[in-house]
Amino acid sequence: MAVEMSPSAAIVDQRDLEARGLKFARAWFTGNFFTGLVGGAIFYAFGHWLGNFIASGYTVVVNSGQNEIAVYLALIFGAVGFLAGLGVFNYPIQKLLGWEPKDPPKSEKRTFWEHFTYSTDHKVVGVQYLFVTLLFFLTGGLLALAIRTELLSPTYHIWAADTYIEVVGEHGTIMMAMATSLVLGPFGNYLVPLMIGSKKMAFPRLEAVSLWLLVAAYMVIISALWQGGFQAGWTGYAPLSIQGGPGQSDYDVGFALVGIGMIIGSLNMVATIINYRAPGMKWSRMPILVWGLLTTAFTMLLSVPVFADGLFIMGLDRAVRTSMLYAGHGGSSFLWENLFWFFGHPEVYLMAMPGFAMTMELLPVFARKPVFAYKTSAAGMIGIAALSFFVWQHHLFMSGMNPDMRPLFMLTTELISIPTGFLYLVSMGTLWRAKIRFEVPMLFVLAVFWNFLWGGVTGVFNSDVPVDTLVHGSFFVLAHFHFTIMGQLVFIVLGAIYYYTPLLFGVRLNDKLGKWSFWLILLGFNGTFLPLFMVGLLGQPRRVFEYALRLQHLNQFASISSYVLGFGILLYVFNLIWSLAVWRTPAGPNPWRSEGLEWQVGYPVPADNFEEIPVVLRSPYQYGVKDRGPVAELHPSAEQAAVVAGGEE
Amino acid sequence: MALTQQEREERKAFARSKGWQIFAVWFVLTAIVDYLTWFVWGPHMPPGTMTTSAAAQQFDFKILMVLVVPVLFMVWVYGGFALVNFRARKGEEDQDGIVLFGNRKIQGIWYVASTVLVLGLAVFGTYELIANHDMGSGSGPSPIWNYSWAKATPQGAWTPGGSTPLVVQVIAQQWRFTYRYPQFGGMETTELYLPTNARVVFDVTSLDVIHDFWAYQLGVKADANPGVNNVATTETTSQTGKITVRCDELCGIWHGAMYNYGEVLPASSFETWATNMQAANAGVTKLLPPFALTYTPSYSGAGGGYYPSYDPNGHSVAY
Repeated sequence: MAVEMSPSAAIVDQRDLEARGLKFARAWFTGNFFTGLVGGAIFYAFGHWLGNFIASGYTVVVNSGQNEIAVYLALIFGAVGFLAGLGVFNYPIQKLLGWEPKDPPKSEKRTFWEHFTYSTDHKVVGVQYLFVTLLFFLTGGLLALAIRTELLSPTYHIWAADTYIEVVGEHGTIMMAMATSLVLGPFGNYLVPLMIGSKKMAFPRLEAVSLWLLVAAYMVIISALWQGGFQAGWTGYAPLSIQGGPGQSDYDVGFALVGIGMIIGSLNMVATIINYRAPGMKWSRMPILVWGLLTTAFTMLLSVPVFADGLFIMGLDRAVRTSMLYAGHGGSSFLWENLFWFFGHPEVYLMAMPGFAMTMELLPVFARKPVFAYKTSAAGMIGIAALSFFVWQHHLFMSGMNPDMRPLFMLTTELISIPTGFLYLVSMGTLWRAKIRFEVPMLFVLAVFWNFLWGGVTGVFNSDVPVDTLVHGSFFVLAHFHFTIMGQLVFIVLGAIYYYTPLLFGVRLNDKLGKWSFWLILLGFNGTFLPLFMVGLLGQPRRVFEYALRLQHLNQFASISSYVLGFGILLYVFNLIWSLAVWRTPAGPNPWRSEGLEWQVGYPVPADNFEEIPVVLRSPYQYGVKDRGPVAELHPSAEQAAVVAGGEE
Repeated sequence: MALTQQEREERKAFARSKGWQIFAVWFVLTAIVDYLTWFVWGPHMPPGTMTTSAAAQQFDFKILMVLVVPVLFMVWVYGGFALVNFRARKGEEDQDGIVLFGNRKIQGIWYVASTVLVLGLAVFGTYELIANHDMGSGSGPSPIWNYSWAKATPQGAWTPGGSTPLVVQVIAQQWRFTYRYPQFGGMETTELYLPTNARVVFDVTSLDVIHDFWAYQLGVKADANPGVNNVATTETTSQTGKITVRCDELCGIWHGAMYNYGEVLPASSFETWATNMQAANAGVTKLLPPFALTYTPSYSGAGGGYYPSYDPNGHSVAY
């Protein structure tokens, strides 16, 4: 069997309903979200029954009736059933049976319904990812407002103590699960093939699976709220996590699903970027966003498996009562801390890297200048990715684990500032004698530099052991990582959504609403988290619901600012939804006058992105260069095409 | 993209004149704010100077603050200058900026400067950590750079002004801190009283999950791990005053309510209080084991030793 290189070249057969004139029925015969739910429900029930069948009477606490094995099996079977209902396993099973499997044909114009189906079109997956991550983000944001509401008063409680810890843990877990995929998911999947001149992703089915795993994870993590939640927060420190009820198993399985999705998605990303670049797309011509996604994906591939191990061990400790994560019987609570942060710290850098890559992708367009020191920016991201594996113990400076290693981890953590500084060098250089256009995306880009400066310098405080003795585990740390993750990643993603909607949906968002929402978000965000630095320095630990009376004013200021921030986000989302559904202001093919290859194909993006494989002629950042010519030849001549075909024609 | 000689001259002249302007503004602002940071805010910086470790943390924080101010102003002054001067004015919307792919000199200066700054910070932090004997942070069961008097757990009696440090066992459990004074017959209390001008060794451990003993005013922070003796030390000065102790590691539902208070008393008052407590507790303490490094109650409720002898299902466990 010859390898089919163009999936859209469909052969008409009995299963092609469209070719048989049954287009309306096609939707119901492709796996979709609802068939997935049905499959998930059936398998969930089966898993629960099986758990009770093989281990009835085997309870964690005597006479509690709590059989963790049933909970775990139900969740794992449920997730597998969800994927089965989607039709994820159809292709491999058909292959095994020796049939001729066929992906559902791509439609030229994406339909609304298509986004609920198991689609292998990278553009559909990108848009699906965008809305799934938005759903995560808004859920987590509401929980954040619930936290700030509780902290309006040091003594009066809105939530019960257990509810409050549930809310805090859910907020952290949902936001972290979302942030890992926030750029790689929507923008990585949608833009990378367009940016590197490819017709498809390397592994379209893996790409789709990574998305649907995230959807399954959302349902599992959220369901913890109805099962008593998990008290161990998003970090899940043992032995507290071993103590927890069924909600903790939701955390365990849900985060594992996120992790598996991350591994799968980044595998696809690495393979695509390395192998699917168009001729002429040299490493030195790659868009910075692609560099950022490549380093991110590598970091994910190397760090997430360790976390999956940790979650597996937690599951064993909880379900079948091994004793690996708590003291006595040969276990140690340090084991989880190490496994978790060995993943957890690379994780927070792989949130920052694509954020910066996106920032530097947008900056030259609005500065109308080439990127300053392009190679340095790539080196900065590679440097962050490499160093990120050698810093994890800075989370454990106070833990009493191996204190003589602290100077080393202090050094490695502070070394991270060097490649991070590169990104400031690149950005500041790009602004030198530019012609800055203050469009809404550019406002978000500039806000990133303001926010990340706070996040960055306070990171140095945290890495310094003497000062960390003061700030560790306090609101100072909390403010620090909110400035880096939200202040940088979320801000740039809001800018990027604004920037790329013309390419994704062919519409332009409302500028006036965009500016209003930007300023509300910026002021609300800074008003929320700048006071929290002081709150932490004055001695308020994280995740508490009671605090010193003298800190009430600062906390109230932060809470009220957080409502402003929430309103700004609401305005932004309203702008997005209304622009897509109601106003639909046409944007034109390239409203920002970008020279990136992704903007050259026009809207709607053709089903196969490019009619022919393009030949890339130069870097996409040559703004202002005289006689620069097109960025790529979209219809290469026979001579150029011979290069594409490997000279066989 | 070769530049003509004329273009090159123009760029250099422009960069020089504007660069000096930016530098001057940056320098003046940095000098003013650094002065205010050091002399006005400095004495009031957290966490105060009640103990040697708190004072050392305050000093470190001050140094870092002063070093961070120039970095902040570098970005702000440059950024503000760029946003004002390099914006597309009316009618310039379709123009491009100058073509500039990099500048070896600027990049080199940046790499070297940031590397020097970062390595300097790391060396400084390491020096401070070692010179101040781990700064009141949790240093594990056998602290490396800690005071020599903290290496082996002292067993001698404590007297005011004596060289034997006061040993306080901090026992964390959901959701309370208990303080045990082995040198006073192992009496226990839930209020942390300490003498002035004394060396203190905190032996921090936990009975259930990971907690963190954070005595803010003392500048002491150490994780309480089950089955681990985490040692933190400090020396109190002549300052007396209240202490707040909070749990700094998520430990379950009531983590937010896990705090209690204490006080640094004049040494003689402390001794009086401790001996009175010892007498009052004598009936209970005679049932408790002698001093143990980790404190794990047995299934019968009294205990001490390295291994828990309880089991969720009530079986006795033999080692």
